[in-house]
Amino acid sequence: MQKLKLNIERCKGCGYCVDACKQKALSQPGQLNKKGYSIVVADEEKCIQCGMCYRMCPDCVFEILE
Amino acid sequence: MSVKLKAPETVTFRPTSFCPGCGHGIAARLIGEIIDEMGLQQDFIPTVDVACGALNMDTWRFDTVMAAHGRPVVVAIGVKKVRKDKLSVAYIGDGAAYAIGMAETMHAALRNDNVVVIVMNNGVFGMTGGQMAPTTLIGQKTTSSPKGRDPKKQGEPFDVVKALGEFDIAYLARASLDCPASVNKAKKYIKKAFEKQMNNEGFCLVEILAPCPTNWGLSPVDSLKHIREKTLSYYKLGEFVDKKGEEK
Amino acid sequence: MAAEKVMMKGNEALAEAALRAGCRFYSGYPITPQTEILEYLSWRMEEVGGEFVQTESELAGINMLYGATAAGARVLTSSAGPGFALKQEGISYLCAADLPAVLIDVMRIGNGLGDIAQGQGDYWQLTRGGGNGDYRTIVLAPNSVQESADLIYEAFDLAEKYLHPVIIGSDAAIGQMMEAVTFPEMKEHNIDKFDWTVKGCKPGDTQRIISNVCFYGHPDYEEYLREKYRTIEENEQRWESMQTEDAEIILVAYGISSRVAKEAVRNGRKQGLKLGLIRPITLWPYPVQAFRNLSDHFKGFISVEMNILGQMVDDIKLATDAKYPIEFYGTFFDVPESERIIEIAKTMAER
Repeated sequence: MQKLKLNIERCKGCGYCVDACKQKALSQPGQLNKKGYSIVVADEEKCIQCGMCYRMCPDCVFEILE
Repeated sequence: MSVKLKAPETVTFRPTSFCPGCGHGIAARLIGEIIDEMGLQQDFIPTVDVACGALNMDTWRFDTVMAAHGRPVVVAIGVKKVRKDKLSVAYIGDGAAYAIGMAETMHAALRNDNVVVIVMNNGVFGMTGGQMAPTTLIGQKTTSSPKGRDPKKQGEPFDVVKALGEFDIAYLARASLDCPASVNKAKKYIKKAFEKQMNNEGFCLVEILAPCPTNWGLSPVDSLKHIREKTLSYYKLGEFVDKKGEEK
Repeated sequence: MAAEKVMMKGNEALAEAALRAGCRFYSGYPITPQTEILEYLSWRMEEVGGEFVQTESELAGINMLYGATAAGARVLTSSAGPGFALKQEGISYLCAADLPAVLIDVMRIGNGLGDIAQGQGDYWQLTRGGGNGDYRTIVLAPNSVQESADLIYEAFDLAEKYLHPVIIGSDAAIGQMMEAVTFPEMKEHNIDKFDWTVKGCKPGDTQRIISNVCFYGHPDYEEYLREKYRTIEENEQRWESMQTEDAEIILVAYGISSRVAKEAVRNGRKQGLKLGLIRPITLWPYPVQAFRNLSDHFKGFISVEMNILGQMVDDIKLATDAKYPIEFYGTFFDVPESERIIEIAKTMAER
């Protein structure tokens, strides 16, 4: 089941979500979006849907699904 | 599949135009969430400054007034006087609130005007490229204090709690955006201020310690660390004035 | 029932007539010689259910007004000379945001502090402005207590018609003198009259933005702005002409000096001098139409003003393509004297 939806074209690669994620489910492996920002990638296996990424994201990239 | 947590449409209908890691984006989302929770979308009229916070005109879908630099507090009072049933909020930076607009901030508090002021304190003038502000920390290097702020020359950083802490106002609080727990608290404070205005309690000021990675010359994540390690050692968080429930 | 005549100061008449026009918001700061406006409204505004704020500065005054007009109210602020200078930034912002507002400048004399004495020291400030960018404001100059009331009553309609600030350019003498005045009826203004004012945005609707950078995203802002000013210049020139048809010398004067100039025309005519008067009522747009159809014997203008450098002379030149001689008779502290005007006119006529 999908746990997260990432509106990746909104991402500016700040890394706040990566820093905030206690589960280490988020990373920035170097993929770029259309604007050229190094986007965040989620490992859904590790995600516990705590919403910390959503809390810290200045660009409303994250949707936590049920 | 349903959605458990999603930013409100009022702040996601367009991409933001802030720099990566800018605190304004987080604050704008918090405001959008609070307005949704309070059911006030048709009753919310924010006033922004001409500085970075003005970019919220692109960020959020609310009837918005853009004021001259340093004047949003009195502009928001003008809006409130005419439309008393609306929520009127001045959303400004520390330069507008504590430098050019200091008189407006102090006198709005003195009159205990029923208006909310949200001050995004990032310690620099962001829009003009990172000059020293009244809130710049001791020793902090900026483009106009290249050797670092010297208290002998430029004084101590301005602390709004020392200035307004004894005023007869409805609410004074300071929060930070450095981690999820702090962000949650910032939301709680802002919401409380909004509720107080709707209860006609008087002047509310919520200061938010916000990162400005671009002008601090730090990565966004290091900027949050800077708030935790440096800013918070000078600026204390919490609620400093909280007059409850008295009708103004 | 016919409206009653009452005796009132010019300043108080401005304040009362503003309320009659539906003005329900005032924010301003004390400064002589306009303080009666603020004092009058401090009690009278409450009676009509409006908002009065004595602000911490002129800056706060004009900017609080900016918020109130953005929210839809009919708004007023007032000041004088140096205080009005502080409002210039705000006027530029009102123009940038296309916001209606009525402002009063009760002129005094001199640069900097100058003096509270009667004067017309602000012609340049009123017609050229001190704020940044491309703007002019409509300026209405009354020369009596009754005209003060009449012009400000209409000023609110003009401000809304053009979505633009309108300034009443009064002066210390007109503001302080007492005369009989009849007031127009009391009007109520609906703050929801216009859709563009901020009032709260329905979910999914485009938000209303009162922006001072409205050229961003404007289809053709430059042409829009030129057309706005062209229209005002074509439609709004106002003046009073007195015996100009056969005049050899025409006095040009507004406000308090125009009252002396009228006396000079009457007395000069008795002495065989063919004098006339053009009294600009709009200082901007300048009434250039008044300067057409001069007599074949026309010799020149005398600009009668209460300042040192002859602030209106340039506008007379521009209105007449600088084709005629212009004498300047200016006074400082004192009201011009009609005898002196006649002397200058005689010298001109003999040339």
